[in-house]
Parts: sequence; structure tokens; C-alpha cells
Amino acid sequence: MDPNLITSTQAAVDPVFMFIFGACLLLLVGITGAMVWFVIRYHRSRAPQPTSQNDGNVWLEIAWTLLPTLLVLAMFYYGWAGYLALRNVPKGALEVTATARMWSWNFTYANGRSSSKLYVPAGKPVKVNLVATDVLHGFYLPAFRVKRDLVPGMTNYAWFVATKPGSYDLFCSQYCGTGHSAMITTVEALPSAEFTAWLNKEGSGGEHPGKELLEKQGCLGCHSLDGSPKVGPTFKGIWGRSVTVLTGGRERTLTVDEPYLRRSILEPKADLVKGYPPVMPASPLKDEELKSIIDFLKSGGAPSLKRDGAGLEIK
Amino acid sequence: MNPSDNLHPASGSFWNDTGKSGISSWIFSTDHKRIGLLYFWSVLSFFLVAVVLGLLLRIELMAPGRTIMGPETYNALFTVHGAVMVFLFIIPGFPGAFGNLVMPIQIGARDVSFPRLNLFSWWLYMIGAAVIIIALFTGGGPPDTGWTFYVPFSARTGTNVSVAVFGVFIVGFSSIVTGVNFVTTIHRLRAPGMSWDRLPLFVWSLYATAWVQILATPILGITLVLIIAERVLGVGLFDPMKGGDPVMYQHLFWIYSHPAVYIMILPAMGVISEIIPVFSRKPVFGYKMIAFSSIAIAAAGSLVWGHHMFTSGISDRAILIFSFLTFVVAIPSAIKVFNWVSTLYRGSISLEAPMLYALSFILLFSIGGLTGLILGAAATDIHVHDTHFVVGHFHYVIFGGSGFALFGAMHYWLPKFYGRKYAEKPALIAWALLFVGFNITYFSMMVLGMKGMPRRYYDYLPEFAPLNLVSTMGSWILAVGLVLMLVNLIRGLRSGEPVGNNPWGGATLEWTIPSPPPTENFSEEPVVTHGPYDFSKAGKP
Ligand code: HEM
Ligand SMILES: [Cu+2]
Repeated sequence: MDPNLITSTQAAVDPVFMFIFGACLLLLVGITGAMVWFVIRYHRSRAPQPTSQNDGNVWLEIAWTLLPTLLVLAMFYYGWAGYLALRNVPKGALEVTATARMWSWNFTYANGRSSSKLYVPAGKPVKVNLVATDVLHGFYLPAFRVKRDLVPGMTNYAWFVATKPGSYDLFCSQYCGTGHSAMITTVEALPSAEFTAWLNKEGSGGEHPGKELLEKQGCLGCHSLDGSPKVGPTFKGIWGRSVTVLTGGRERTLTVDEPYLRRSILEPKADLVKGYPPVMPASPLKDEELKSIIDFLKSGGAPSLKRDGAGLEIK
Repeated sequence: MNPSDNLHPASGSFWNDTGKSGISSWIFSTDHKRIGLLYFWSVLSFFLVAVVLGLLLRIELMAPGRTIMGPETYNALFTVHGAVMVFLFIIPGFPGAFGNLVMPIQIGARDVSFPRLNLFSWWLYMIGAAVIIIALFTGGGPPDTGWTFYVPFSARTGTNVSVAVFGVFIVGFSSIVTGVNFVTTIHRLRAPGMSWDRLPLFVWSLYATAWVQILATPILGITLVLIIAERVLGVGLFDPMKGGDPVMYQHLFWIYSHPAVYIMILPAMGVISEIIPVFSRKPVFGYKMIAFSSIAIAAAGSLVWGHHMFTSGISDRAILIFSFLTFVVAIPSAIKVFNWVSTLYRGSISLEAPMLYALSFILLFSIGGLTGLILGAAATDIHVHDTHFVVGHFHYVIFGGSGFALFGAMHYWLPKFYGRKYAEKPALIAWALLFVGFNITYFSMMVLGMKGMPRRYYDYLPEFAPLNLVSTMGSWILAVGLVLMLVNLIRGLRSGEPVGNNPWGGATLEWTIPSPPPTENFSEEPVVTHGPYDFSKAGKP
């Protein structure tokens, strides 16, 4: 298969699915059909005695060795050709680096822009360089039939092209612990001009810098902003909330304030919120970064963000 | 757990021979039949425990979000479910239970070559199982790594991985010991006249399996020790920061664990090759090809482990080779299926419970095998790897295949050892429930995987909700069928109709001796005069 003829990864893979499923269906129907027919036709009620004691036939054996051999060789070949299309990145693809950690995604672009969603221009091939910082993860885009593991100490890659603008699921496919199934985000395919605008928007795309940091640091992999349950407690309405924590094994109740938030970010194991697993990694942030995050959390971490460039009102 | 000592019908059978009595007449017995039953009931108990865990997993997945447990519990449950099913149920299941019960009799022997080693292998199995159970309740709690124990996660998690892995290590030795015992027995203890071309196909399949047990299991042992070294000593064999390589672990793991799949399926194929001719009253079609394909699967199957790693980052050339070899191993399996179906042609088929399990094995195993082609082709594997498609696929192979074959074997052979038989009608109903429930449960999973739902997912997006609910409801039908099957079977063994020497009209040697057999199996050494499927001479050696 000529890689230049491949218009998208799904176009390379789907015909292989069709071919193998089609052949399998024929075989299955044949085998089952023969079996059911024999069982009915030669049921003891109809065939009280066997009418043959034939125990083999060389020609049949040769036939049903050779024919399946040819068939599986064809499957092998198409499978391999389709796979090569997944490996040959078209020229001029946009390069993005995906960094996976427990349990969040971060995508960085050549100009330093970074995001927890994978923004791409529709219609343009994207090459994603895959790195993991802790354990194995898997970069999986079902809509594009693309999957590749992220392995610590090794850079893998995958490519795809979103032929139409839209939002597509991105899953972690390689088991990575408690937050594995929560480690999902999306590919946001934007029309080309919109994408360029997004890419070149200064640092914080109109959003609160604290929120940008939460995204970039991967905090939002485990903490939601909208109150939905994730691996860790939600940020929604966190400021001033009263929490029960385990400090050195002892339970105490306190109110969320600045010192508590600082301690929780820098030394997550110091106060463990009751009912949650002790899995959060420490994040050594700079002081101004901490301030900015705490400032954002004071606002209640509310999802009142609008993508209107107006920034976040801090109440 | 032990079959109680008061139900054996025939005096002079292996049930009431020894001077010893009570539990010690079992757990210290070196009689292959008693060891076989010890294995059978232990394996069945672990199976039932793991089934309950599987049902709990399905309940959790019934609806998105938290249903009955949190993510840590879910992760521990699928790990324990998978590990128990693989290491404590299906790998020891066939050789340990039915291999021990039937194989020596089928070759006309008094016992296996090393009866005490045989007992030792059961003890190793139980000790390993006990260590695994201890691991669940001590230290950081049950492992949450998946049954594959992939590094670096398994080296980092705070759960009790080291102890659990040590338990699996011990169970591995039990498997090796059984393998050595069976190879020796099949070579050395065949009765006069039992030439290699008169060997029942079940024995052939155990022979191929035994070689895999001997050659592949040590690699599992080494791999598990390396995990412990990684965790306890921090040697960094698999840690890139210390010059190690996490992908190397996957090679080591699958060099054993892919052949292990053949430990699970080959003896099942052997069972099917016994049942189908007997219930068709016709010699098995293509005896030589079936026997040969067992060996071919065992040999070629040791070279295909890389197909579990197409997304892992191994080289494209490696993928080329592993994909090619994977398709090569598909061929002998196909040959077997064609030969089984041809055996039915112009036979006289009776649809009793063992036969129903055997026929449904052919269908379910074919679905499992054919979906395996999707996983063997490089392009398509990328999409479905690590999704519920794989979960559906391997349940079709090891549950629909090996599991159903084991159920068939239970209906076919247990009456021989208990001298009593289950009731036919409830057995048919149970089979129907199992068959229907099974397909609902696992076919839904395969569709979910095609749609992109990854495996080992505690939670999922709403788009996957409807089929997950269907799958969970299927698992309840499956569970009802399972309970009915076991209740009926066990009741039959305790108080069912007595059976004679040869209730099914089989032509292999186990049907020439009383049910239950005497301790020494044969009153005098049999001289074999005909092949295993020569039904005109059924009932005579
Ligand atoms: C009633 C019967 C069963 C049910 C309801 C069941 C259900 C499940 C479910 C829901 C999963 C986890 C899916 C996921 O989140 O990835 C699973 C995994 C698994 N099951 Fe079963 N199962 C059953 C029987 C069996 C049998 C008979 C075997 C083997 C002999 C088996 C072997 C496995 C293995 C090896 C895994 C993979 C565990 C892992 O990912 O580490 N199961 N099963
Ligand atoms: Cu992950």
C-alpha cells in the first residue's frame, strides 16, 4: 500500500476489519451450519446406527490445511500493510508531545503552548510523540483506530488526522492504577484558522492562570471542577469547606484555608482526606504558582469559565 | 471440600480400600484417582470464588459511575479474579483433575510414574494457593496490578504484590512437577499393545501440554522472582532510570503466558476429541492430524508471545514476525475444528449433556479463535488491543472453550469415579442457560471493545452504558446456569442412578473397568487390541 494514498488512519484500518470479519463470518457460518445440519440429519432418532466408519481422508486434510493457510496469509498481509500505514507519518505533520502521568494528560506544542486537551487542526496530519513519566500508559483514539503505549524511558509515536472538526475521545488504554479509567480527555479538532488562533494565544487563553496551572500540572486528572467524583476530592466549592483528614493516622476536622491548601499540594501525605486513597504525588511548585492556584481555588473552582476570552471573574 | 466418605457405592473400589480413613486417606493418598479428585474439588472451589468476583465486577460495570465499589476495589477484584482463574483454576484444572483421574487408566497403567511426586504437586498447589490467599489479607492488601503484573506499576504499587507473586511462583512448580510426571508416565507406563497410534487423543493432548508445562513454566518462575527483586531490592532491571527496560518484562511474561494459553486449551481439545466420537458412534475423523496438531500447536505456540505487545513499542520488524507466526498457529486449530465436525457426518448422534458441551465448545472456541485473527493482524489489533474486545475474546477461548470442555468432562467422566450419574433433564436446562448467558455476557463485551471501551475500566462514558447493562444481565443468566449445573451434578454423584462400566459406549480403556474403579484400576494388566475409537470392540481392552 502506498502511504501517500492513505488519507487517514481509519481509512487504512477499516478495510482490514471488513476483510477479516467477513472471512470469519463465512467460516463461522459454514462450520456452525455443517454442525447443526449433521446433528439434525444424523441424530440417533433418525440414524439409529452410524452409516459410515470412515476415519479420515488425506485429500480432505490437505484441502483444509491449504485453504486456511492461504486465507490466513492474506489476512496477515493486509494486516501488515494497514499497520505500515499507521507507522508512516505523512510529511508535514504537526508535531505534538503527549506526556502521560498518573492520571492525566498534557500536550505540548512546538511554541511551548500546553494543554490537557489535544487541540489539532482538522484535515492536517498530527504526529504525537508519546512519553510517560511514571508507569505505562496507553494513547488510544478509538475514532482514528490509533493506539500506542507510553513507556517510561522511551519515546513512542502515533499519527492521525481528524478529517472533520469535532471532539473525539482520548482514552488511557494501558492499565495504570486507581485513576486509569478517569484518565480520559479529548481531541479537539478545530478548523485550521481557529486552531492557529488557539495555538498563538498568549499563555493563558483568557483563562485564570491558576486554572491553566491545574490543567498543566495534571491536577484535573483526579480532581474535578464541576463536583463530579474522581480519584480525589472535587475542587468545586473547596474554599472554606470543612474536611475530615487523617494526620499521622489521627482524624481531625478542619476548614480549607491557604495553609491547608499549600500543605496539601507540597506534601500530600501530611493530611490525607478521609475516604480517598493516598496516591497524590507531591508537586514542587514555585510560590507565585501556588498563589495563583490558591487564588483560583478561592473562587470555588467553579466551572463558570466561558470560552469568551473575558477571563474569570473572581468573586 | 472432600467428597464425604459414606457415599461410595461399590465396595472394593478406590473409595474404600485403604487402611487409612477420613481426611488423611485423601490428603496423603498417592492414588492418582484420589489425587485427581483432590485437585478437582480444590480447583472447583477456586473457580466458584473467582466466578463470584467476576459477577461483582459485572455488577460494578452495570451502570456508569460508582455502583457498588470504588476504583481500588475494582482494580483488586479484576486482578484477583484473573489470577485465580488462570493460575488456580484453568491451568491446574485439566492436568491436575482429569489428567490424573483418567490418563493412567486410558493408557492401561496402575498409576502415574511417580505417585508421591504427584501428591507433592497437589501440596505445592495448595501451599501456593494459601500464600496467595494470605497476600490478599495482609500487607497493603490484594494486588491491583492485573494478572499480568506489568512493571513499572507492579514495582511501585503499595499493595501486596511480592507475596502474591511468590504464591504464583510456588503454584508454577506444581505445574512443572505434574508435567514431568505425565511425560514420564505416557512414555513408560503404556500397557502392552497401547502403541502411540492407539493413544486416546486426550492423552496426546496432555502429552503436548506436559511439554509446555515443563519448558515454559520455569520462565514464569524467573520472571516472578525478578519482580520480587525489583520490589524488595530495587535492582532496577525494568526501570529505565537504572538502565532497565519495562518492555523486557512484557517479553518475559508472555514467553510463559502465551504458551500457558495452550496449557489451558490443549487438554480441552483432547476432551472434545474423546466426547464427539463416542456420542456419534463413529471413529474420530483424522486421528493423526488431531494428534499431530496438538504437538504443532504446542511447538509453534511458543513463538508467538509478541502478539500481546503490538502497541508496546517493540520494533515493526518484531511485529511482522510475531504477526506472521500467530497466523501460522491458527492453522492446526482450524484443522481440529474441521475434523471434529467431519466426525459427526453419517454418525449416530445422541445429544446428552457431555455432547452438548462438546458441540457448544466447537462454536464458542471458533468464535474465540476467529476473533483471535483480528488480534493477530497488526492493523486491526492496534484498535482492539487492551479493550473489552480482548476481554470478550479470551473469555470465549478460555471460558467458552476450556471452561465448557471442563463442564463436558465433568458430565462425561465423573460418573465413572462416583459410580452414579446426574439427571439428564436439569443438565440440559443448565447447559442452555449457560450457553445463552455466556453469549450475552461476552458478545456484548466484544462489541463494546470494537466501539472503543478499554479494559480494566472501573468507569466508562455514557455511550457504553446500554451494552454494559446487557452484559451484566447476561452474567446473571450464566450464574443461574452454573448453579443449576453444579447442584444437579453433585446431587447425581451422591444419589443419582448407578452406572455400569460403560454408560456412554466408549471404546477407551476406562470404560472396560468398573465404576467406580478399583484401587489398582485393572485386575490384571490389559493387553490392548484395538484403537481408542473402534466402537465395534467397545468395552473390551
Ligand atoms: C461468570 C463468569 C465470569 C464473569 C462474569 C467474568 C467477568 C469478567 C470481567 C467483568 C472482567 C474484567 C473486565 C475489565 O475490567 O477489564 C474479567 C477479567 C478476566 N477474566 Fe473473567 N469472568 C468470568 C469467568 C472467567 C473465567 C472462567 C476465566 C478463565 C478461566 C476468566 C478469566 C479472566 C481473566 C484472565 C481476566 C483478566 C483480568 C485482568 O485484566 O487482569 N474469567 N472477567
Ligand atoms: Cu494510564
